[in-house]
Amino acid sequence: MHLSETISSGFLFLAPWLVFLPLIGLLVNIVFGGRMSENLVGGIASAFSGAAFAVSVLLAYSVSLAHGETLRWTLAEWIHIGDVSLDWTFRADSLSTTMMLVVSGVGTLIHIYAIGYMHEDVRFKNDPARFRRFFVFLNLFIAAMMILVSGDSYLMLFVGWEGVGLCSFLLIGFWYEMDTLARPSWSNSKAAVKAFVANRVGDFGFLIASFIMFWAFGSFQFDAVFAKAPEIQTGVILAITLFFLVGVAGKSAQIPLYVWLPDAMAGPTPVSALIHAATMVTAGVYLVTRSAPLYSSVPEAQNIVALVGAVTALFAATIAVGQYDIKKVLAYSTISQLGFMVAAVGMGAYVAGMFHLVTHAFFKALLFLAAGSVILGMERGHHHLAHGHGGHHGETFDPGDMRNMGGLRKTMPVTFWVYMIGTLALAGIAPFAGFWSKDEILLDASHHSQAVYWLLTIAAFCTAFYMGRQIWMVFFGEARHEAAAHAEESPKVMTVPLMILAALSLLGGALNLPFDGFHNLGHWLGHTLGEVEALGLNLQVAGISTALALLAILISWLIYGRKPLAKNQSDPLESFGLLFKGMNRKWWVDELYQFLVITPYVKISHFLADVIDWRFWHDWFHETVLLGAYNWASAIGLNVYADQKGIDAFANWLGAATQRLSAATRKVQNGFVRSYALSVFLGVVVILGYLLLKP
Amino acid sequence: MNIDFILFLVLALAAIATALGMLLSRNAVYSALFLVLNFAVVAVFYLLLGAPFIAMAQVTVYAGAIMVLFLFVIMLLGADELAPGKALPWQRPLAATLAVVLVIEAAYLLLARGAPSGLVTPPTEYTNSTESLREMALALFGQYLLPFEITSILLLVAMVGAIVLAKQEKGGRR
Amino acid sequence: MVPVNYYIILSAILFTLGALGVLVRRNPLIMFMSIELMLNAANLAMVAFSSVNHSFSGQIFVFFVIAVAAAEVAVGLALIVQIFKSKHTINVDDVNSLKG
Repeated sequence: MHLSETISSGFLFLAPWLVFLPLIGLLVNIVFGGRMSENLVGGIASAFSGAAFAVSVLLAYSVSLAHGETLRWTLAEWIHIGDVSLDWTFRADSLSTTMMLVVSGVGTLIHIYAIGYMHEDVRFKNDPARFRRFFVFLNLFIAAMMILVSGDSYLMLFVGWEGVGLCSFLLIGFWYEMDTLARPSWSNSKAAVKAFVANRVGDFGFLIASFIMFWAFGSFQFDAVFAKAPEIQTGVILAITLFFLVGVAGKSAQIPLYVWLPDAMAGPTPVSALIHAATMVTAGVYLVTRSAPLYSSVPEAQNIVALVGAVTALFAATIAVGQYDIKKVLAYSTISQLGFMVAAVGMGAYVAGMFHLVTHAFFKALLFLAAGSVILGMERGHHHLAHGHGGHHGETFDPGDMRNMGGLRKTMPVTFWVYMIGTLALAGIAPFAGFWSKDEILLDASHHSQAVYWLLTIAAFCTAFYMGRQIWMVFFGEARHEAAAHAEESPKVMTVPLMILAALSLLGGALNLPFDGFHNLGHWLGHTLGEVEALGLNLQVAGISTALALLAILISWLIYGRKPLAKNQSDPLESFGLLFKGMNRKWWVDELYQFLVITPYVKISHFLADVIDWRFWHDWFHETVLLGAYNWASAIGLNVYADQKGIDAFANWLGAATQRLSAATRKVQNGFVRSYALSVFLGVVVILGYLLLKP
Repeated sequence: MNIDFILFLVLALAAIATALGMLLSRNAVYSALFLVLNFAVVAVFYLLLGAPFIAMAQVTVYAGAIMVLFLFVIMLLGADELAPGKALPWQRPLAATLAVVLVIEAAYLLLARGAPSGLVTPPTEYTNSTESLREMALALFGQYLLPFEITSILLLVAMVGAIVLAKQEKGGRR
Repeated sequence: MVPVNYYIILSAILFTLGALGVLVRRNPLIMFMSIELMLNAANLAMVAFSSVNHSFSGQIFVFFVIAVAAAEVAVGLALIVQIFKSKHTINVDDVNSLKG
């Protein structure tokens, strides 16, 4: 047997461990975590996540040895009804292994970072016992995400889809009884519920699409569905793809269901980085990419997807400009960047979308983690102050508010530098990773649709501007709060993952350079998605986007950098009036939803509960009709004639009759042995008589 | 109507008469004596049927040992006559009716249904000889050895049981 | 030459008389004797069949029955004596404490 064959088939058996390794990690932490130190708990969680990464590497290696062929490993039969058979099958191809590598690789780095972050976070929030729970949830998320990306059918994908949704809910509401964004107490749990409900709406779309798919295709298995797609009416596929888009809008935070993602920042920052920036929210992009054969057959659906993505990209970017919370800026930025990806996959530029997904996972995880480092630095400064002066505990202090920061460049140098790298990558400055991936999307858009191209280009301009604004406000100028002045740098366990991610953000573009012979990712994904002609570097597109990005950074310097914000000074952009207010208030979308959906919903609920259920059903029907009829019926004599003289009398008669009967039969047992003998004799005579008369 | 039949008839009447006598005698001693007579008549039947060994056993065991035991107990308990009882007034007529029905049924079954055919021949020289007895002994101690031994154990157990029951408790037991 | 049927009918009559004795007499000793009569009736039938069929089996069976009857009488009479000792009567109608 050939060595390569041995290895390629030899590593596939590891596929189930993608899911089981994190599950073992969380079980170990659940069972033994209570007696272990924090470092050990975090170390175990990270180790098992890292092991999943190792498995992903081996699987990717197996796929490459198999020349990009799809490898399958069936772990268990799941549902077998009639000729329908649904199995739990793992699928390793170039697309799924790419996702596995991103999820487990970035996930492991974030696990390590979280050891340091949560160590301090649980102490600032006075509940160290929750440290273990965090890592249990984190490992559960990795397992669920692995199910999502490794499934060989839409059904297994949906299992993971729901699993990551649950983990997202659990982790957004991690400090469920608190409030991390300076709003009323318990608002963290409300944010979790909001995320869950918005995702349910999306899942509803996913489910409907699945139902139609099963009705039309009779299967959930990817290849079976794609093979049958040409025979199916276009209208059916259009319906499936558009309902999938609803699911994508929910999970990947696109218009109109994106509203949950900003509130999801209530979760601890590693969660924001892992789930709400790098991995889970890209599941929608993965779904569209995975369904490429379906989307490619209906251009109408593709156009709608692209448009939704492009509009979301610009819309969210404008909101990001008006935010003061360091994580909210990044949250809207994430929505915007997800819009880029969705637009890309909508245009059929799957490689560009996946490329941006990967690089975005690097630099957005970096930015979030760095922001977490900033927030912890502020907390440390505040803590220091509170102990120094004694009277600061009652004061409401938001460590994430950029208006409280400033000058952190000096106190947190490592964080500053990695944040700079992340910012430049996000803003799309060459040669950082974001430049290459974003340019590829813009280039595809310029070929595909001018509207999408310009929407995305303006969004890119906004991106560079709000990131510049953030940099100037957070790291430059003078401290606007004493906490910022006393901020401290984070420990190595946090900064080392940051540096690794910074390196990836710097060099990640090398995955798919727009030069001949360097389309590595495109070639790799081509095994699964079909080989596409690689576009070279277009100097016009690249030039416009780079020039706009530099211009935006220059403008942000003019506004925020040249003359730094003073303490309690309002934002200079407020002179724009309604425009800035709109950006700051998120274009009143939450208020609109409140007015359009939530208020009517509450009113209907009130109506149903008060008028229908209580007044009509309880008061009128039960109390008046049923009880009245009952009282009336008993008044006219049911109780005497039907109950007492009917049912009751019958029951009494039954009892008395039984007594009389037993009193009579008792006499048979008279104790006279002769009488018993007579009975036996009678029996003999009767049986003999029966034998006689029997024919 | 030959001599055999007349003999049978006479003996049968005698058997029935002694049975009725046992049944109807007020005095238990008379009943016992009637039963001895009955057993004797049946022993004669056994002789007629060519079973001399059984006839002898009948006379010695039944008419001899068992009935002596009966008489002994009757006299021991002084139970030769009981005071007339009033219990179960309908027992007697009902039992009589049922008995008649049973006889009719049995006769009908025997005669009208699977009526056994064959004539009982008078005993020959052979049947009354020691050869025949030897043959029967061989069967008893050969083919039927196991039942025979079990019967002996049964007799032993009955003997022990009778002793235990009749034993006068001396101290200790109650 | 007597047909075997006659023996059988005689046996049936004796058996019924025995059964009647068990049913109508109140003296347990006489009831016992009646039982012996019933056994005898059965024995008679068996010997009759044995004779007709020229087989010893019937006779041997009767032999066993006689042995069992002896054992039965031994135990039964002992029981009656015991009852008399505790109740001071042997009238079966007076021994009726096992009633419903």
